[in-house]
Amino acid sequence: MKTNPRSRSKTRVGPLVATPDDAPDLDVDALLADRSVGIIVCCGSGGVGKTTTSAALALRAAEQGRNAVVLTIDPARRLAQSMGIEKLDNVPRPVPGVSQGSTTRAAGSLDAMMLDMKRTFDEVVESQANPEKAAQILANPFYVALSSSFAGTQEYMAMEKLGQLHAESQETGRYDLIVVDTPPSRSALDFLDSPERLSSFLDGRFIRLLLAPAKGPARLMTAGFGMMTGALGKVLGTQMLSDVQTFVAAFDTLFGGFRQRAQRTYRLLQDEGTAFLVVAAPEPDALREAAYFVERLHEERMPLAGLVLNRASRMPPGGLSAEQALAAAERLDTEAEESAASGPGDGEAGLAAGLLRLHAGRMRIVARENRLRQRFSAAHPHVPTAVVPALSTDVHDLDGLRLIGDLLAQGA
Amino acid sequence: MYGGPGRGTLRRVTSTQHEGDWDGVRLHIVTGKGGTGKTTVAAALGLALASRGKTVLLCEVEGRQGIAQLFDVPPLPYEERRVVGGPNDGGDLYALAIDTEAALLEYLAMYYRLGRAGKALDRFGVIDFATTIAPGVRDVLLTGKVYEAVNRNRRTKNARKYDAVVLDAPPTGRIAQFLNVNSELAGLAKVGPIRSQADTVTTLLRSRRTAVHLVTLLEDMPVQETIDGIEELRHDRLPVGGVVVNLARPAELDDEERALARTGSVDATAVRRNLEAVGVRASTALVDGLLAEAREHVERRDLEDGQRKRLSTLDVPRYELPRLPDGVDLGGLYELAAHLCRQGMA
Repeated sequence: MKTNPRSRSKTRVGPLVATPDDAPDLDVDALLADRSVGIIVCCGSGGVGKTTTSAALALRAAEQGRNAVVLTIDPARRLAQSMGIEKLDNVPRPVPGVSQGSTTRAAGSLDAMMLDMKRTFDEVVESQANPEKAAQILANPFYVALSSSFAGTQEYMAMEKLGQLHAESQETGRYDLIVVDTPPSRSALDFLDSPERLSSFLDGRFIRLLLAPAKGPARLMTAGFGMMTGALGKVLGTQMLSDVQTFVAAFDTLFGGFRQRAQRTYRLLQDEGTAFLVVAAPEPDALREAAYFVERLHEERMPLAGLVLNRASRMPPGGLSAEQALAAAERLDTEAEESAASGPGDGEAGLAAGLLRLHAGRMRIVARENRLRQRFSAAHPHVPTAVVPALSTDVHDLDGLRLIGDLLAQGA
Repeated sequence: MYGGPGRGTLRRVTSTQHEGDWDGVRLHIVTGKGGTGKTTVAAALGLALASRGKTVLLCEVEGRQGIAQLFDVPPLPYEERRVVGGPNDGGDLYALAIDTEAALLEYLAMYYRLGRAGKALDRFGVIDFATTIAPGVRDVLLTGKVYEAVNRNRRTKNARKYDAVVLDAPPTGRIAQFLNVNSELAGLAKVGPIRSQADTVTTLLRSRRTAVHLVTLLEDMPVQETIDGIEELRHDRLPVGGVVVNLARPAELDDEERALARTGSVDATAVRRNLEAVGVRASTALVDGLLAEAREHVERRDLEDGQRKRLSTLDVPRYELPRLPDGVDLGGLYELAAHLCRQGMA
């Protein structure tokens, strides 16, 4: 079985014909106010502002009366500090400074936590095995590597933590909205692929074979298998092979539990109470990933709430095109040169030319972004979109998050 | 300039006696935070090196086919393909998408005469296991293939010899781990051939024939990641190369003009007069808009300068690539390569 997501060949899903038209607006406040939505997952490729978007959404929800928790993966240091989660302890903590809402609404609350991948993995092992066995697994070098450094583990653990938070809030009613940020992988799809990856690893023929001898009748010890372990021993060294074998044997009893948990969380993601927000920036790569993700959600019957397009350039006012601005700037340059030949110029022409060039650059960027956006909305005409303009400063405190929240809500 | 789809030509920037900052380096590893344009910079660096008459191999390891997209060629197989060729005496740029499974099979064929056992490995799902799950093994195979390309010599049968190899590497957050194959395997494979392979690769990676370049934007998080990444690389004794600032804003206003825009003291009447003088209908909305754009631009530039200052404390060479208003297409890529040449990176 192929588990490698990179070798996946896929069919595009699209409308077949389309008139490039503006996408419907994403009403963020309606989404946050919808009490039937208990989980919002922010997905997208790396570097598009997922963490900021999820934190801003959770804060806005809390200040509008929801009891929200945001699960972040790798926030900027200053943002983490301002949310009171600079310590990585894998437990949600109340965010200081959340305003308690107006008198017309019930007071909401906001907790935040930063995912500790290894600790989450350890806790699952501890909850599934008896103390003796858990200790044995946790000490195995193969487990240590798998739980701390493995591509895909982070995604899977984010999902595991989401499952835990959801179960807990079902039980205690502590949260009515969980906002999840997803790991900064290059591909947004890694998040959805991670449980499949894990279970196909656990079900892999090789793992089964490693277990078979330990389990009894050596009928699987065929010539082929002997040759294979021999070859593998040659390549990896026999010591590594035996570590793997010990790990697999100890882990075997947990496999079922792991698989069940993964499947449960996956079903949770298909539930109507979940809303996916695909986050992108107006760049070809980010929008391509967003398109893959939208198509994948459709295939998996997972509920898509919309697209958040961060860092969009704003169209400057005045109706002067890039070409006109550049032509005017050149004329100003020529005139400045001519007047410099006959005497000292005033420098003001240079400033005006600079302003025109800035304007032209901005117009070209806006035009390019619009083109990219239209291409996306032509292929995915039914995806509600919120456009968040680029800020000229970094977001690192609650006020910044509130501003992003306002822009998200207006960003239709 | 173009000799067909994806087939460009490289103009040699200088013919002889050129000295780039990294002339002794055979392996250029390009990393950076996600979204900073690692692949673009790696490709531009490959072109820049090739324009000096070198034969260059550009590798990617994350199976994303980013190189094929940039050069507008069909997806790359596990095979070195020439993507850009220079004129007569010019250099060549080859590209390779390293696939872990194929690298493992090649590795096995090269070092062990496994014969039928190799097929057995596949049949029992070991290839799948080793390449997707066995920790560290994947990275050893990927870096091992790069090592092989760097170390080819005349005696290597039927193989092209490269003057330089550029690797579009995993992002900064994972780079030290990726390159530190040795310690990643520690405790897992204490002995055995894959372990000795890791040791050989580590020797190259820690030598002066290697440079790890970091791509960043002039924003808080990418710069922080660059600073942390450099610290981590140095801690692991991996050779830090240059910092490449990508997508820098154009410097359309000089310092004096920036100061005026910052304090909002640009003379709007003079701007209007100048615009009218060259036939632009200067409505109040347009003039106010231009001034507002200038203020925003200056705010951004000031922040960028702050980040530049942080980078300058790092004591590594810095290169800057401008934001191309129309985005990076093949032509834009050549333009970026020329910037790197001019700044001495190649």
